[in-house]
Amino acid sequence: MSGAVPWNEARAQEIIDAHLGLEGPALPILHAIQEEFGYVPEAAVPQIAQSLNISRAEMHGVVSFYHDFRRAPAGRHVLKLCRAESCQSMGSEKIAKDFLERVKLEWGGTANDGSLTVEAVYCLGLCAHSPGALYDNEPIGRVDAEMLDELAAEARNS
Amino acid sequence: MTKVYVPRDMAALAVGAKRVLAAIEKEAAARGEAIQIVRNGSRGLLWLEPLVEVETPEGRIGYGNVKPSDVPSLFDAGFLRGGAHPLSIGKVEEHPYWAKQTRVTFERVGVIDPVNLDDYVAHGGGQGLAKAFEIGPAKVIEEVTKSGLRGRGGAGFPAGIKWKTVADAPADRRYVVTNADEGDSGTFADRMVMEGDPFVLIEGMTICGYAIGASKGFIYLRAEYPQCAEVLTEALEAARKAGWLGPNVRGSGFAFDIELRIGAGAYVCGEETSLLESLEGKRGIVRAKPPLPAHVGFMSRPTVVNNVLTLATAPAILAKGGEYYASLGVGRSRGTMPLQIAGNVKFGGLYETPFGLTLGEIVNDIGGGSLSGRPVRAVQCGGPLGAYVPPSLFDTPFDYEAFQKHDSLIGHGGLVVFDDTVDMAQMARFGMEFCAIESCGKCTPCRIGSTRGVETIDRIVEGVDVEANIELLSDLCHTMKFGSLCALGGFAPYPVESALRHYPEDFRKATLPAAAE
Repeated sequence: MSGAVPWNEARAQEIIDAHLGLEGPALPILHAIQEEFGYVPEAAVPQIAQSLNISRAEMHGVVSFYHDFRRAPAGRHVLKLCRAESCQSMGSEKIAKDFLERVKLEWGGTANDGSLTVEAVYCLGLCAHSPGALYDNEPIGRVDAEMLDELAAEARNS
Repeated sequence: MTKVYVPRDMAALAVGAKRVLAAIEKEAAARGEAIQIVRNGSRGLLWLEPLVEVETPEGRIGYGNVKPSDVPSLFDAGFLRGGAHPLSIGKVEEHPYWAKQTRVTFERVGVIDPVNLDDYVAHGGGQGLAKAFEIGPAKVIEEVTKSGLRGRGGAGFPAGIKWKTVADAPADRRYVVTNADEGDSGTFADRMVMEGDPFVLIEGMTICGYAIGASKGFIYLRAEYPQCAEVLTEALEAARKAGWLGPNVRGSGFAFDIELRIGAGAYVCGEETSLLESLEGKRGIVRAKPPLPAHVGFMSRPTVVNNVLTLATAPAILAKGGEYYASLGVGRSRGTMPLQIAGNVKFGGLYETPFGLTLGEIVNDIGGGSLSGRPVRAVQCGGPLGAYVPPSLFDTPFDYEAFQKHDSLIGHGGLVVFDDTVDMAQMARFGMEFCAIESCGKCTPCRIGSTRGVETIDRIVEGVDVEANIELLSDLCHTMKFGSLCALGGFAPYPVESALRHYPEDFRKATLPAAAE
């Protein structure tokens, strides 16, 4: 997403150090790193591990366990489409499948021009307005084909 | 100055509340009308969102499904004085969907300004904690036990017993952890409390901390709720500033603070031991029990892990008395349950009511049947690990034990309605697929079983050895149910088995035409 800065080891260390006083600081650190750089760069893993006095393998295990930590930068905009049961009851699977075909993407894929990443998510708590989605963290209810095409166009133009 | 309420609840935002707010502000400025905007939570009449309310001498008048383009006509109709308009629903508190509820946990949600502590106190907030300080920790636990409150996360374990176990466990420090990793499809009650009345959760956690002798609490919130994190952050700051959190809570001498932590998209972290691992900064792998988190929890210290709704109900129990709460409900399911009516349903929303309504009353009378207008074919109760219930079982009363009798669960109170276009074999397949995606990988039945389950259902759907594969699938479900470490693998078979039991024809589509010849 927008606002991410290029990888910088000294900046990463500042972020890590700012969280070391917490009980169990690993997730807050990873979130803050991702917030700053747009993803969790490979170089950050041994650096965090060393600061937390755990092995690199352990830290790799943590990063790779969670769906939300990116190992590579996402597109300029991120669209998360809900695939859970409530949204399925309102036809989300077909809406998503057709949309992915139109924009020529697979789940988790990023458009060639870097404008949009489309990800699956399982429940956004918008179940009374299924199908639900998050576009750059803004919630959207009653998603349909037209809305998704508008978002993809908006992503391309911004 | 006229107060105009425009919800900041995520569901209201999802259908355009922010654009409606901008339109109202613009129109008011253009017309020189002085208004005061209050960003309340949602009343839970979600199909009417964005629901704009105006405070008038007669009460709060609601206007439902407001679009930005409706705003000029609302002003023309004098909506700031409650004027008549096609979108008007009259006094919100007289709307049957609201008036028929028994709101205990959700008493203030949608009513107050969620981040204004004065508003909270003016609507009865803080009385539970004051009572707790007055009667002392032991009596607090007694009161919660007396209320019959059971864990609202799904397992339904008595809250008072959990609190007592932690209070009695010898330790140098203890913790209160709120499980706000509300990942079940069809559920949004936790989110609505936290967005609509976050102080009630803060007060509930403080009461719990006081009762068990903890000075630190955590809220583990799922990452999928960014708006909720904003409200909680504002509320925690306000509570600290006002001395409701900190070294001397409300002048009592009791020290307590709360830290907000954000998850990272792992469903299994809603399981309490996995949540604790995650909070400690590890992979969210389930722990074997025993030892229970009540004995060995966060940082190996005795820890209460309770769902948002459980802790958010504690203030009302203290303020109104355990006996009042226990007087509601049926059998061993005491008090109220905030039902979340979702999916393909006409009047989707949150409806808090004592236990005991039948499923049919909830789906048809309150929910109004399917949104598509087609016949309802199935209702999934209790999230992705809950059973699919057919209309033939709609007379089942909504309580823990009655649902268990039908191999179903009420879980966190979510109900997802499906019409007759649903393919139950595909839903069963999704149940297994979801388990495979989200399995933490610690135990074999869940990790391998879920993948084998997907493959087996695929074969059934293709018509390969259908009866033999259905038997294999049933056997696999049995293994997962009894061999898995936690509820993810252990309950994933519920949707699958219920689909097999109630909708056998959906699994035999490939062979049925041949058999008919």
